[in-house]
Order: sequence, then C-alpha cells, then structure tokens
Amino acid sequence: MPELMQFNTDDTRGFLAILPEILMTLLVLIVIYMDLFLPPSRRKSVGYMAGVGMLVIGGLAWLLVPADGLKVSEQLVLGGMVRSDDLAKIFKVMVALVGGLTCLMGMGDIRLRYKGEFYALIIIATMGASLLSSAADLVMVFISLETLSISLYVLSGFVRRPETPNPTQEAFASRSAESGMKYFLFGAFTSAFLLYGLSLLYGFSGGHTNIYRIGQALAVGEQDTAPIILALMMVAVGFGFKISAVPFHFWTPDVYEGSPTPVTSFISVVSKAASFAVLTRFLLAVFPPEQLISVPLDQYKEFSEIWVQLFSILAVITMTLGNIVALSQRNIKRLIAYSSIAQAGYTLMGVAAIATTKSGDGAAAVAYYMFMYVFTNTLFFACLILFTNATGSETIADMAGLSRRNPWLAMGITIALLSLAGIPPTAGFVGKFLLFRAAVDSGLTWLAVFGVLNAIIGLYYYLVVIKVIYVDRSPDDEKPIDLPAPYGFVMAASTIAVVLLGTFLIGPIVNWASEAGLDLFRL
Amino acid sequence: METQFSGILTGILAFPFVAAIIILFIDKEQKDVIRTIAAFATGASLILAALVFFTYDTEAARTANAGLIDSGSGLLTFQFVDKVTWIKELGVSYQLGVDGLAAPMVLLTGLASFAGVMISWGIEDRVREFMAFFLLLVAGVYGVFMSTDLFLLLFFYELAIFPMYFLIAGWGWVELREYASMKLTLYILIGSVIALVGLLVLYFQAGAFFTEHPEELDKYPELQQVAYSFDFNHIQLAAQLGAYNEANYLGLGSGVTLARFWFPFIFLGFAVLAGIFPFHNWSPDGHVAAPTAVSMIHAGVLMKLGALTAIRLGVQLLPDGARVHLPWIIFLALTNVVYGAFIAFRQRDFKYVIGFSSVSHMGLVSLGVATMNTTGMTGAGLQMFSHGVMTALFFSCVGMVYDRAHTRDIPSLGGFIKKMPLVAIAFIIGGLVSMGMPGLSGFVAEFPIFVGVWRGIPDVIVKNQDWNTSLTEHGANYYGFIAIAAALGIILTAAYVLRVVGQVFFGEFDEEKFPDIPPIRIQDRVAIYMLTAWLIVLGVYPKLMSDMIESAVQPVVGLLTGSK
Repeated sequence: MPELMQFNTDDTRGFLAILPEILMTLLVLIVIYMDLFLPPSRRKSVGYMAGVGMLVIGGLAWLLVPADGLKVSEQLVLGGMVRSDDLAKIFKVMVALVGGLTCLMGMGDIRLRYKGEFYALIIIATMGASLLSSAADLVMVFISLETLSISLYVLSGFVRRPETPNPTQEAFASRSAESGMKYFLFGAFTSAFLLYGLSLLYGFSGGHTNIYRIGQALAVGEQDTAPIILALMMVAVGFGFKISAVPFHFWTPDVYEGSPTPVTSFISVVSKAASFAVLTRFLLAVFPPEQLISVPLDQYKEFSEIWVQLFSILAVITMTLGNIVALSQRNIKRLIAYSSIAQAGYTLMGVAAIATTKSGDGAAAVAYYMFMYVFTNTLFFACLILFTNATGSETIADMAGLSRRNPWLAMGITIALLSLAGIPPTAGFVGKFLLFRAAVDSGLTWLAVFGVLNAIIGLYYYLVVIKVIYVDRSPDDEKPIDLPAPYGFVMAASTIAVVLLGTFLIGPIVNWASEAGLDLFRL
Repeated sequence: METQFSGILTGILAFPFVAAIIILFIDKEQKDVIRTIAAFATGASLILAALVFFTYDTEAARTANAGLIDSGSGLLTFQFVDKVTWIKELGVSYQLGVDGLAAPMVLLTGLASFAGVMISWGIEDRVREFMAFFLLLVAGVYGVFMSTDLFLLLFFYELAIFPMYFLIAGWGWVELREYASMKLTLYILIGSVIALVGLLVLYFQAGAFFTEHPEELDKYPELQQVAYSFDFNHIQLAAQLGAYNEANYLGLGSGVTLARFWFPFIFLGFAVLAGIFPFHNWSPDGHVAAPTAVSMIHAGVLMKLGALTAIRLGVQLLPDGARVHLPWIIFLALTNVVYGAFIAFRQRDFKYVIGFSSVSHMGLVSLGVATMNTTGMTGAGLQMFSHGVMTALFFSCVGMVYDRAHTRDIPSLGGFIKKMPLVAIAFIIGGLVSMGMPGLSGFVAEFPIFVGVWRGIPDVIVKNQDWNTSLTEHGANYYGFIAIAAALGIILTAAYVLRVVGQVFFGEFDEEKFPDIPPIRIQDRVAIYMLTAWLIVLGVYPKLMSDMIESAVQPVVGLLTGSK
C-alpha cells in the first residue's frame, strides 16, 4: 500500500482558502437584517449592499485566496476538505463577481426587487458554488453541491401570485412554480445517482473520502474494474445534470423559460461554471491519467481512457443536439437555453482533452471558456431583462427594431451573441480557439472538427437574432427604451469584460488559466 | 525575440478602429460629423498606406530573401515590422509586417475604403451604425493583410467577416439582403474554421518538431525561442525542415503526408473567400445585395483577402501540398474564368454582371497562383490589385446609376452617357481594363498570367520528379490547353462589357421614364478620379508594382522548388 496523501495543517492558509465563503455568510446575515429592519422606502439599499458586497468579495478573493505551493499535499487544507489552488481561485473570483452582478440585475425586476430573501438566496447559492470549485472531499463535494442546488430550486420557483389579480403576473407565477418543481425533481433524482456513485467510490477505496486518496487507492487496482466504471457513470450523471449535458438536459429549457430572468442568468452561469470546476478536478483526482498516478508501482490501473471516450461522446451529442434544437426556437429564453446546452458541449471538449495533455491545456481552456462565458451570458440576460420589462414579451420576433429603440441595448445583445458564436473581438473567439487547440493537442482532432462545424450552426441562429434586432422593423420603432442605473452598470461592466477578455486581457487571463491547468497536473 | 516597433502599420490599423469607437459616442443626428470622421480616418490610413507602398524597399527585400530565392531555406522577411509578445503561453505575438504582396493590398484597402466612405455620403439611415461597422470592417481587412502571426491573422479574418453581415443585412438591397448576407457569412466561415483546424495541426506538429530539435531554432535568434509559436516563420521553418512530410499520415497510405492531406482544406478554405469554383456561389448574391460601398470593399478587397491568405497559409506554409494539389486546382480556376464570364453575359441585372465578372477575374488570380512560377504568380499579384481597383470603380458606377434610375434592369436603361458623362467614361475605362486592353492595368496583370500558364508543367514539378512521375513522364502538358481555354474567357469579357456599355450608357435616353437625374456629388467625383487614376498609372508604368510583387513571389517559388 503506498503512502497516503498528506494534508497541509497550516491554519492561516486554511482560513484564507475559505475566506470568500466566510465573508459571504456574513453578507447573508447583513442582508437579512437589513431587510428586516429597514423601512420599505429604503429597501433599495439591500440590493446595492448585496451586489456591491459580492463584487468586493470577488476582489478580496483575487487578492487573498492562496494558490501557491508546488505539491498537492501543500495545497490541501482543512483536513483535505478543500484544495486552494489557482483553479479554485479563478472560479471563486468568477462566481463571486457574477453573483454580485446578478444581485444588481435583480434590482430591476419588479417581482424580485424588494425581497431580501432573493439576495440572501443568491449569496448562499454563490457560496455553495464557490466551495464546490475548491472541494476536494466527497463530503464537501456533496454538501456544497446541495447548498447550490437547493437555493436554486427555491429561486427558480420564486415568483409568487400577486395579491391583486393580474393575469400576466399569475401566468408568470405558475410557470415559475412549475419550473421550480421540475428543477427540484430532476435535481433530486440525479443527486441520488451522484450520491450512490460517491458512496461506491468511498467503499471501493477502502473508506477514504478525500478524492486524491481515493485516486491513489483505485490506482493500486485491487478492485474489479466494472463496478468502478459504474461509479464513474453515476458521478457523470450527477455532474451532467448540473452542466446540462445531453441526455440529462431535459430540465434546461423549461427551467430557463419559467424562472425569473436574473435567476435564469444565475443558473446558466454560476451553477454551470462551478460544476465544470469540480468535474475537471474530480476526474483528474479520482481517475488520474498515467502521469498523475502518484504511487510508485509496477502495476497500476488507469481509467482515464474510459472517461476521455465517455466525455468526447457526451461533448459531440451535447453540442450537436443543443445547436440543432436551438435552430427552431421562437422564444429567446428557450433559444439561449439550448445555446447553453451547446456551450456546455464545447466546454466538454476541453474536459475530454484534460487527460491527454501533460501541460494542462484542456483544464486551462475550460477555465478560460467559463470565465468568458459567465460574463457573456450575464451581459445577455441583463439586456434581455430590460427588453422584457419594456415589451412584456420574450419572443424573438418582438425584438424587431430594437436597434432603433435603444442602440446600446442592441449592441449589448449583439456583443453577447457574437461572443457566444465565437467571433472576435469578443472573448468567445479566444475561448473557442483555446478549446479547439486543446482538442487538437490531445489527438482529438475529429472532436475539434465536430466543434467547428457546430460553431457554424450556432453562428446561424445567433445571427438570425441579430438580424431581427438590426434589420426588421416594428410599429414600436419610435418608442425608446430607457436604461436604468443598475442595468447600465451591469451591462457596461460585462460588455467591457467581454471585449477586454477578447483583446487586451487575453494574455493575463490565459496566463492565469494556464496556471490553473498546471496546478491540476501537480503530484 | 526582440520587440520592434515602427508604428506605421499599427497606425494604419488604429485610425479606423479608434474612429469606429468615437463614432459610437456621437449623437446620431450629427450625420455630417460622423461622415467627416470616417473620411478622416480612412483618409489618414490611406496616406500611411501610400507611404508604406512608396517607401517599401524592394532591393532590400530581395537581398534579405536571397536564401529563400536560391535554395528555399531561410525566413520570410517583412518590412515596417511591429512586433510585441502578446500571449506568451500560446506563442502568440502581435506581429505586423508587409512584404511585396501585402504592401499593394494595403494600398488597395486604403483606396477602396476611402472611396467607399465618399460614395456612402448619401446614406441617411442610421449613419452612425453604418459607419462604425464599415470602419470595423476596414480595420479587420487591414489587419489580415498586415498580420504575420497566425493567431492574429485569424483574429482579424473573423473580425472582418461579421461587420460584412450587418452591413449587407442592414443596409443592402431589400429583396435579397437577408438571404445573401447569411449565405455569404456561412460560406466564408465554414471555409475558414475548417482551415483553422488544419492550421492548429500544423502548429502542434511544428511545436513537437522544435521540442525534439531545439538546435534548429537556435540558428534563428530573431524567432521566439519557444517550441510552440503561431509566428508564420516558425511554422514555415518547420515545413522547410520536413516536419510535415511523414508518410502514411492517419494511416491513409504511403503517398499521404500531413502537408498533402491538409493543403486542400487550408487552401480551399480560404479560397472560398476568393470565390473559387465550386464555392463561388455566395459571391454574386453578396455583391448584388450589398450597399455600394460594401460591394466595393467586398469585391474589391475582401476577395483578395481570401486569395492572399490562401497563398500565405496554403502555398507558403505547405509547399509540398501545393505541388501535389495545384495541378488539379488549376482546373477549378479555369472553370471560374470561363464559367463566370458566360454567366455574366447572360445577366439582365446590371450589378449581377459585375458580380459574376468578379468571379471570372478572381479565377485569373487562382490561375496565376497555380502556375507555380514567378511570372504567373507576379501576374496574380498584379491582378489582385488591378481587379480590386477596377471592381471598386465598377460598383461605384453601378451604384450611382442605380441611385438615380432606381432600376438595374439592363434593357430598360439607356443613354446615360448624356446625363452622367463622367460615370460613363469611368465605367468604360474600367471595362477596358477588364478586357485587358494594353496601356491599362488589366493588360499588365493578365498578360504575365497567360505567359505563366503557357510555360507548361511547372518547373517545380519537373524538379521533384520522385513523387509526381505521372505528370512529367507521360508529358501531359495540359497547361497549354488551359491557357487557350482561359483566353476564351477574355473574349467573353469583351462581349459582356461591351453589351453593358452599349445598352446602359449609349442608345436612347428615355426622358419620361427617368424625369429627374440629380447631379453627381463632389465626393463621388473624388472617388472616381482616384480609382481611375490608379488604373491608368499602373497600366502605363507597371514597374511601380510588378518589381515589388516579384520580390515577394520569388521566395514562394523558391520554397516550392527547394523544400522537401
């Protein structure tokens, strides 16, 4: 039996590693108290407190979360519960910033604006996501995943029936309730799979819960292969649900359509990003490829080929199905739901590529892609809320003439869609480029070919929306749409982020993402 | 790698870029301010582009490329280089530079974009958005011509495509614009993304090669000293050293190497934008649907983007692939020339005639490239410039007629020389250029292409007998046939040009049908004079450009001859 993976017992490092989560917990308390004690006329400051507070926490996470250390054992802290490395850090910063932007976005939605619980739940969900991205223990993985999920079930069904009868609002409320229930049922079902898979791994490894120790134990190869693959499949179901990979995607369009738009935005970015973080970490730790097996053995078992195959196939069907179904959508939220399935498919290309590259290119591509994706989708949804507030509609055809009604709004949506399509100078181009690069690098050229062909299908339906905005005319052409303050800020911040990430900031962020990728390849 | 910065090329790129951003912040009712800023930005870039063109040192380029010209080994050299490391992890650097092929193209972009802004002075609908997209398009086009780094080139290539979509879909001809703009975008992007995968394969193969042989890099201290780099020279050097020549690539047989497998994807992927048969279908629709200024940029400059990139990334990076595939690609080029001319002859729509004539003339460019000798490829370079200016002129003339007559149906037009003598004369000069009349730029360009084709099976194939014996041993000199058949295209050109001139500009003018023909704006005149002047100057004094182009073509032929 090889020597067990040791943990770092430095308490300061442990404290700093979960500092963002500690601060978020405090922020939740502050927000709830403000909501309780402030008079209704000053409730607006609750939203500002939550939003700005989260942005500050994002900044602090960037400054303070430790990511140094050359060995896994130095980075595993708090009894091996979390690993504080660059991958965790980049995702923590990402989710905190986007959580903050979502709070600010919620301030413009009349159904959410004055509800302190909304902000509190968003912060709790973000805290779950933040922990998830650094989780290195089965217990931690499950707890943080459920913290994230349960908050999201509530948020998704958040819209209540109005006190005064109002047919439109009632329709919204019942759709929201339906989506919350659907999300919960699917989520609970797949969580059960995940939990079963995790408990199998616990058993097969001889009673370890730390994922690196499990990886060591499985590599020794005293167990049969078949049940371990079964466990791998079950874990894949659990994470596949969170990232809405086909065939676990059925909830996506309904939940996206029914949830209040800020919540849709949050589900589409934070939940997905954190799940990709934990997925890459989990796969490399529990089923490591040859070069990551830390035990000096003549004989070892490695499972990486199996999951590379598995995730390559998942990537292809996810992106193809997402893109093709998106072609026939008329509702913009459903379109973006299928688009987000397709985006998950592209990112899965990076996941499939992580095992076969020594340099960590695949993980770096995933980290960069998620970094740009969260800002892109946030930008899109911020614009969408504004559009829905003004028109009360969510169909693509009603976006006609938007460029004449508010050119900035039109440009925001355009930049977001171009970024999703992967057109420079937006960040999406670099993101896709890195993913294709990682795929070609790991000998998955066929996967890259599928990827680029899918990118073309994607481009088609994004361009159709852009065409409606810029070309089609509507009777409301002359009615301008206003741009209220919190949205203005969210839109400006995410637009700048998307454009800078595609131009001047490529260097530093790719650098950071590469560090994150390298961290995963330390022993 | 040392940082170099002369700043001129960055300036050319920055003017339209910055102007596009400034324009977005100007009130949309201030239309003249917006137009003036756009004119100023494209004008400033044009002046810098002219500076680059006239001060380009051809002799220095010849000397620097001596190694490539003689033996096909060495680095490609560029002038006016701006070079800064950008993303170190990926081996990407911000590298701009021009060689003898790119310098005329930069000048062409300057001419067409400035003329385009002048011609668009009359646009009244959402001027702000129109000009911003137009300037973004121009910046992207400049970027492609000047990039010497693969990543940067692809960045600008894709950047140039999407404003095209907006401009055509938003301001184009109502009946066709949605269909045409989508078709154009999808065609071009499918070509380029498939090429992208191929280029990534080259990048990794070069990286793996230099990881094994770091000593090869040490010989060239001016290169980035990392194994993986997107620098053209880096990848090109790997090609020279035989990194792409391993037989039995992907288990496809002993004759298939990486270079030979990927060449058609990369070359044709970019040649889609040059309108090569059978992927030319987007181009006439696109030209017709686009607003005048965009047609000018589109046919005048964008198609050259495809041609130049195909030469750069196809022929230059994969000479071995070029030797295997260009002998059959020449048939596609021939089809372009003849078929395009036939279709142009049959059109009733004035603008479609010009659209198909572009397909035909771009075929001559591909034909010149496929000769794989200095004469033919120099002709191809000249044809790119000459056709660019000529088509820009054609489309501006068509646009002016259409704006006033509100129809482009050839039989219902007539006698317009009486009302618009300047436009008529400019169109006739353009027509003579496209027929290849001596004394004008068309002749200067087309003559070397035909000479190049007539010289028969390229020398580079004869020299590398070991692998292409069937062509040389059986003596199938079909190049002579191709020269004759392509000459047929020229006769057809004369026919359709004269038909259009006769029916649109001469004949009876119908006062009842066209009661009010407003005069031509001063801005339009500026554009016409400027473009026409270049057609004449180049026709009279071809040495102005041919030497420069030759100095850039010789290294390519050197690579084709010398490399493994």
